[in-house]
Amino acid sequence: MSFLILGKAPNTLAARRAFLGRSGLLLSGTAVALLAGRDALAAKGGKSTAEDVRILNTALGAELEAIAAYQVGAESGLLQKPVLDLALVFQGHHKQHADVLSKTVAKLGGKPAAAKDKYTFPTDTLKSQADVLQFAATLEKGAVSAYLGAVPVFGNKDLAKAAASILGDEAMHWAILRNALGEAPVPSAFMA
Amino acid sequence: MGRARALAGAALALAAGATAAANRAGDAQAGAAIYARCLACHALAYDRTGPRHCGLFGRRAGSVKGFAYSDAMKRSNIVWNERTLDRFLANPLNAVPGTAMGYAGIPDKKERADLIAYLRQADSSPECRKQAPPARDRAR
Repeated sequence: MSFLILGKAPNTLAARRAFLGRSGLLLSGTAVALLAGRDALAAKGGKSTAEDVRILNTALGAELEAIAAYQVGAESGLLQKPVLDLALVFQGHHKQHADVLSKTVAKLGGKPAAAKDKYTFPTDTLKSQADVLQFAATLEKGAVSAYLGAVPVFGNKDLAKAAASILGDEAMHWAILRNALGEAPVPSAFMA
Repeated sequence: MGRARALAGAALALAAGATAAANRAGDAQAGAAIYARCLACHALAYDRTGPRHCGLFGRRAGSVKGFAYSDAMKRSNIVWNERTLDRFLANPLNAVPGTAMGYAGIPDKKERADLIAYLRQADSSPECRKQAPPARDRAR
């Protein structure tokens, strides 16, 4: 597992931890921006706001599923440290995304999507740490594409900016998961 | 010379026709890579943030039992086929205003054709055959 190679390079790992910490700070900044922009957003109202709420709620639903997916991975017994710790860090990011999205939907007058009682995951195909990482990488890549597709359709540019901030976080998750799998962490110059 | 030119022209026309047909049919293998963009919300065989894709062709939009569709999708009166998928995937929010699929779409016609070809192929995959939908979910 190439992730173990990272363990032989403490400077790299330390840098990654610092990097992850900073990404958390960035998200907090976004959260503040989202919530601070609430009055201006709510004042606009109308069709555009209703559509923005729908987009946010769809993103919220996907984030809640991602939280559940990481929980399945964490409880699978297949992840060893430091991979397990990293998975929990990523799950924490998704919790922060979900929290901000939920609060923003509510402040815009919408009803935030709730977590489902039960999620379906392809658990019968998860037999090893690599399987779990591959599954997580698939979800994270999908999330990058989903946010990329959402950014241009927000009526409000502040929301688009916030979605782009989350996109950046998902892309970092995807790259690190690919690296852990021994794949090129950044396989191309552009995402679609 | 004139005949050769005519033959060359005919060959070019045939080639162009074949390319157009290929574009319409799409490349399922290329479509599989494009489908990766959908995997934050969709799966073939089970519902997620978006509904499952197994059984998509011939299915009425908004008809997977137990999935919470937007009112807009339920009222869209769409039956999914190559043509309706192409229109929807190009710009979901324009095709079905009010859809929960807050996604800008796939502007490239070839990419849409590839994705649709993949979805068509996946529909007959073992994964989907296990999930054959009940007859009542199909459009009549």
